[in-house]
Amino acid sequence: MSVADDVRSPRRVSSRFLRSELRLIFLRRRNWAGLAVLASVPILISVAVKLSGGDESGGPDFFGSITDNGLFVALAALTMEIGLFLPLAVAAISGDSIAGEANIGTLRYLLTVPVQRARLLAVKYLAIVIFSLAATFTVTVTGMVMGLALFGGGSMTLLSATQVGFAEGLLRVLLASVYVGLCLASLGAVGLFISTLTEQPIGAMIAVVIFSTASYILGAIPQLSWLHPVLITRHWFNFGDVMRDPIAWQGVQDGLYVAAAYAVVFWLLAWARFAGKDVTS
Amino acid sequence: MSSAAVATSGLTKRFRRQVAVDSLDLLVPQGAVYGFLGPNGSGKTTTIRMLLGLVSPTAGHVDLLGHRMPSRSSDVLARVGALVEGPAFHPYLSGRENLARLDAADTTTVAGSARGRVDAALDRVGLLPAATKRYRAYSLGMRQRLAIASALLRPRDLLVLDEPTNGLDPQGTREVRSLVASLSAEGATVLVSSHLLSEVEQMCSHLGVMHAGRLVAQGTSAELRAGIEPEAVVETDQPQEAARIMRELGLLDVRASSTGATGRLGRIAPEKIVAACVHSGVPVLGFRVGAPSLEDVFVSLTGEGFDVSS
Repeated sequence: MSVADDVRSPRRVSSRFLRSELRLIFLRRRNWAGLAVLASVPILISVAVKLSGGDESGGPDFFGSITDNGLFVALAALTMEIGLFLPLAVAAISGDSIAGEANIGTLRYLLTVPVQRARLLAVKYLAIVIFSLAATFTVTVTGMVMGLALFGGGSMTLLSATQVGFAEGLLRVLLASVYVGLCLASLGAVGLFISTLTEQPIGAMIAVVIFSTASYILGAIPQLSWLHPVLITRHWFNFGDVMRDPIAWQGVQDGLYVAAAYAVVFWLLAWARFAGKDVTS
Repeated sequence: MSSAAVATSGLTKRFRRQVAVDSLDLLVPQGAVYGFLGPNGSGKTTTIRMLLGLVSPTAGHVDLLGHRMPSRSSDVLARVGALVEGPAFHPYLSGRENLARLDAADTTTVAGSARGRVDAALDRVGLLPAATKRYRAYSLGMRQRLAIASALLRPRDLLVLDEPTNGLDPQGTREVRSLVASLSAEGATVLVSSHLLSEVEQMCSHLGVMHAGRLVAQGTSAELRAGIEPEAVVETDQPQEAARIMRELGLLDVRASSTGATGRLGRIAPEKIVAACVHSGVPVLGFRVGAPSLEDVFVSLTGEGFDVSS
């Protein structure tokens, strides 16, 4: 074959496979639809608040501040979506990661390319992390654009009643987005692990949603307070802490520790499960 | 071991209680076109999965191109093109995008020339005109071709093709045969599995026959043929009577069919059979002596061709 010159000794690091993985995720119509649903919530919130003329105050966190500064639409939308929609989106992608390839049989061809199994899990997880951040930013960026268009920006009054400039306010909302994205990425590690257990991507997705929802339920039962520190969703709402002055870093830090622990433990569980598994799909 | 492209010793796979592959000593010499035969369910695909490191053996080991599997899979598998248990691709990607994805996953190829590599592989199986079509819109034959193209994405020293003619029309089957011949001429070793001997018989230099998880015969095509004894066939409208006469004469393995009787000749002089039949009033409509086809040998080793081994 004339392509003999193209073959070289294996590279240690290459982004080609990751880019292929991202194309697979972000060019898939189903995922576009999912992101559109995520984006529809801040649109709905901003339009509803605008139509009500801002008279009817109240509602969940951050709702009251929306008319004051449009950036709060992003935070209000995060509050509404972190319960189900965002975990659902991450569950869909992470549950599909290995089980989806096994289901249609492409897993066996990837492994014979060859793609080492640890590398496959690493690339798959990296793609999940990127998707988690992208999903969160879809919510917050849409929220900020809609909010600024309908309510304007300017200086921002934080939860602790301190005023900060627009640039700092923007930065804090982006910071909150990164925090939520990383929390969701830890759920993605759980999804990656579950995805190695089955060849049914839908089943894996449902299991991940059950996992996050069960965590919320357990977290709401005070008699189980001994369990609360290790729940994955325990610190998810701490993103609001960056809107205080000074920023309540402790809550954010706790959340990042729990997220990192979940990511490491479940990635290793996925590897332990997948490394020696017979691929018969 | 350097002369063997594939060598297994005592290769065994047990799934729970079922033994799928039982102490297999497969030997595929370098440069061979090895026909890996056996009925459906005889353990061919499980063996191929073990060769490629997809399934780990319960016992025994595999050497691929002189390297132990699966520990050296990252060194070896890039030199191996594989088609395992039918095509599998992302349905909503085009044929070209699917191959580009596999190429991107390969750390031994250069990104800049990916497009040329993909299109060369598509062209080789005649899929270039359908390159931009979504995989889900492909016919079964086109899917099979795409899977073969993925095995040819880069030069390979060994090709493992599991049922490559599955779903192909006679024209496609002929194309696969000539493709295998040209790959072999380029110096590649080819292992082709099939449950239909007739599809691979002409292109194989070596054959291995599996039955119920065991390798029941292995060797060059000539060696396998050499073990075949000539048979006598009497065509008559009284098959049972003819069969009785042939048994009495001492023929072995005598079987009656609707059109006559067949038996292994052994040392019996063929002319005696006709004489004995005529003498007993059995009309002889036709008579011939010949070696059974390799197909008959295959069937005699594995039972009926379409039986599913359990």
